[in-house]
Amino acid sequence: MMAVIFCVNGEKKSLIRTIMSIGGFALLCTSAYLTIQFLELRQIDTTSEFLFTESVMWYERFNIHYSVGVDGISVAMLLLSSIVVITGVFVSYAMEEKVKEYFLWFLMLSIGVYGFFISLDLFTMFLFYEVALIPMYLLIGLWGSGKKEYSAMKLTLMLMGGSAFLMVGIFGIYYNSIPAGGEGTFNIQEIAANVQALKAEGGDISWEYIFFPLTFVGFGVLGAMFPFHTWSPDGHASAPTAVSMLHAGVLMKLGGYGCFRIAMYLMPDAAQEQAWIFIILTGISVVYGAFSACVQNDLKYINAYSSVSHCGLVLFALLMMNKTAMTGAILQMVSHGLMTALFFALIGMIYGRTHTRDIREMGGLMKIMPILCVCYVIAGLASLGLPGLSGFVAEMTIFVGAFEHTDFFHRTFVILGCSSIVITAVYILRVVGKILMGPVQDKHHETLTDAVWYEKVAAFGLIAAIAAIGMAPLWLSNMIGGGIENIAKLFTYGL
Amino acid sequence: MNHEISLVVVMTLVLLADLIIGDKNKKICQIASIGLFLAHTIVCFQWSNSYSPTEAFSGMYLTSEIHMFVKNMLNIGTVLVFLYAYYWNTHENESHAGEFYFLTLSTLLGMYLMISSGNFLLFYIGLETASIPMATLVALNKKREESAEAAAKYILTAAFSSGVMIFGISMLYATCGTLYFDGVSESFSETPLTIMGLIFFIAGIGFKISLVPFHLWTADTYQGAPTSVTAYLSVISKGAAAFAFMCILMKAFSNYPDVWKEILWWIIVVTITVGNLFAIRQKNLKRFLAFSSISQAGYIMLGVIAGSDQGMASLVFYTLIYMFTNLAAFGIISSIEDQTGKVSMDDYDGLYDTNPKLAVVMMLAMFSLGGIPPFAGFFSKFFIFMAAAEQGEYLLVFLALLNTIISLYYYLLVVKAMFIKKSDNPIPTIKIDSMSKVGLIICTICILALGFISPLYTYISERSFGF
Repeated sequence: MMAVIFCVNGEKKSLIRTIMSIGGFALLCTSAYLTIQFLELRQIDTTSEFLFTESVMWYERFNIHYSVGVDGISVAMLLLSSIVVITGVFVSYAMEEKVKEYFLWFLMLSIGVYGFFISLDLFTMFLFYEVALIPMYLLIGLWGSGKKEYSAMKLTLMLMGGSAFLMVGIFGIYYNSIPAGGEGTFNIQEIAANVQALKAEGGDISWEYIFFPLTFVGFGVLGAMFPFHTWSPDGHASAPTAVSMLHAGVLMKLGGYGCFRIAMYLMPDAAQEQAWIFIILTGISVVYGAFSACVQNDLKYINAYSSVSHCGLVLFALLMMNKTAMTGAILQMVSHGLMTALFFALIGMIYGRTHTRDIREMGGLMKIMPILCVCYVIAGLASLGLPGLSGFVAEMTIFVGAFEHTDFFHRTFVILGCSSIVITAVYILRVVGKILMGPVQDKHHETLTDAVWYEKVAAFGLIAAIAAIGMAPLWLSNMIGGGIENIAKLFTYGL
Repeated sequence: MNHEISLVVVMTLVLLADLIIGDKNKKICQIASIGLFLAHTIVCFQWSNSYSPTEAFSGMYLTSEIHMFVKNMLNIGTVLVFLYAYYWNTHENESHAGEFYFLTLSTLLGMYLMISSGNFLLFYIGLETASIPMATLVALNKKREESAEAAAKYILTAAFSSGVMIFGISMLYATCGTLYFDGVSESFSETPLTIMGLIFFIAGIGFKISLVPFHLWTADTYQGAPTSVTAYLSVISKGAAAFAFMCILMKAFSNYPDVWKEILWWIIVVTITVGNLFAIRQKNLKRFLAFSSISQAGYIMLGVIAGSDQGMASLVFYTLIYMFTNLAAFGIISSIEDQTGKVSMDDYDGLYDTNPKLAVVMMLAMFSLGGIPPFAGFFSKFFIFMAAAEQGEYLLVFLALLNTIISLYYYLLVVKAMFIKKSDNPIPTIKIDSMSKVGLIICTICILALGFISPLYTYISERSFGF
């Protein structure tokens, strides 16, 4: 169903670039086609949870299947991934060193991401999850900048640490969801059904209270949940541009998606009981990330902390456990994926010219490279939630949904969360003011050039997507909403 | 018995060949040895499909399809070791090449007997047959002092541990009145003497598998021994002992799993942790792999503690994949050491720039050892953890998983040295001999493909047994 490209052949750099662009474009077309097909089929087939499902027996002993399928949420994520992948390819067009290896690892990362979003089997999902993690080590370590070896190691080990939690969680889910006299299964839908059946029979579901936090923390590490977010700023700052884009844009969404699809879907009771712990933690990451971004001087660090804040908001909204907020969470994933990719792309382009990311050493860039800077302003506006761009739609939905909870605890945290929008404005405007406006700080910067064609393609593509979601969010939120309902109905205030 | 008989025939032929034509045509002699063993390996595959569980010598000797499978697995591993050793044997070790093959095969015979034993006495004989020639193998590198030192360390600890073990066995005999596994299982009672016997027995076999706290010989011996012998020690010898250990626990001590599970639980935790923590500090790659193999032994023991048929299946599967993975790493190390004499981790800086293929294979091996998908090591780790989790050992699995993070750190150090670091004095581009090349290609294919071939696991698990 999903075409996977391999470009193992080819010694010539330009050839590889061309193959990658064509491949990326093909991927984008496939995803777009899939979206259209999905929307059409959804009109006809309104009952089944997942569409385009396929399942092949893999390990018979454990009932492991290679099973894939999509619902509205996965389709949205796939669309996001393909946009980020193709723009990532364009951004790394100027790459000179070890191009072939770079793109091979880049592809492996993308394969992991795609595989994760379409998997319906816990085992395959976990496999793809780890496939997506390990290329990061070499991508950052080899092609990164700054203290790259340290960051690469930190990122890999922390994320692998998360997957250790996750693996125990998966075993716990597998063995405890086996129905009496039945066979264990790794299929997500079947597990969910088994768990519901178990609950209906009045069976013991206390295991959920052990394995829910394990699984949630496991994915939460990737979703940059406080206090497990520390890999994110270092990792993003050291990674090469396209990898930062893909990582912040898509890979961090794996965390949110996993929390939602595995932790909350399979263990709804524990999720409801224990949500308060994670609401506190994610509430902290939202505010803390935003405040940290205010005091950073490195452009990439600012954006990395802003990602912590925004991804915290995703998890925060998921934990509100009603349809509106959850839809907002997925919208936020898409929107944040696009705009953070745009941010990192632009930072990479600016860094490639000025050779500094320190905002104190830059100024007045607007006069020198107007196109890049306008794009940067647009990204900033999307990030602080200007109506008409995607950020507004997502955050609006989240907070409307979150406000449906009337108790004191939720209200406090929602208001706290809302305040992050203001703080976001502070750090975005601070950067815009310092580097784009004002006098030119460094005389050498005056000779710099503006964007070249492939950079324009990348930036405009992302802006178009951001604006499209901002202007016409309804089809997207309907598509997502369909997927959300299946999970939201498990919760008390779900629908 | 076919495996053993055929192996004895091959051994005798190898010895005769070395005697008769060994002095004149050393190369032919070597190729003949490898060829004969290869023929043995292939022929053994023919037999392994037709055997139902049988016994010989009134229960002394047991065999079944899973035993056959493990023996075939050891055969394949030995063939790979022979392929790697060829270059060393034709260059440095020319005068003693014949001995190398003969001694290796006799340890292999010992391992066959260990695996198939139905009686503690036969097990002990197998263990000794496997240990004593091994000490000679370790000492085979006559030009290096370390080799002799390593052999001395090995033989002393081996002698001591088998002394402890046979003492334990005698205690079991005193309380149970029999040495047959079935008999011990029936009359085993929880008295201090039997438990003491059990502990002594575990200590003895713990030496073979190099479980902490019986691991102290490992690093020095691995470092001093010729690299092919190290590879053999770390993979074949360890795999055979682990499987034999599981078989004995399943057969002889199945009535009181609580007793040995408790002991094993702590041994596993300590083994994995100590192995991993010490591996971080190692600069010599052979020592590094020694500690890594200690921690891997701890993971293998997870299958034993599960004690179910799934535990055994995942243990065999794990050993199989560990064999190919570790042999890939040792293949690289031994070819580089044979040709340039470099074994330190710093020497591997910038390997990718000079020897990209070797670096990639080494990277695959490291990732597979660290349990990174989509390489085979991920699958074997997943299944062995799953087997332990099935028995409710979630805490143990969690501790083991945290340890995989530590292990990933040092495996990544090797990857970092090869790919990321730059060196002023890198290893020159070397051309590995065709025999090692074949071995490395086989290992690489297995690392890449074995995880995806699910019928293999199904085959193993259908033939495994628990208690």
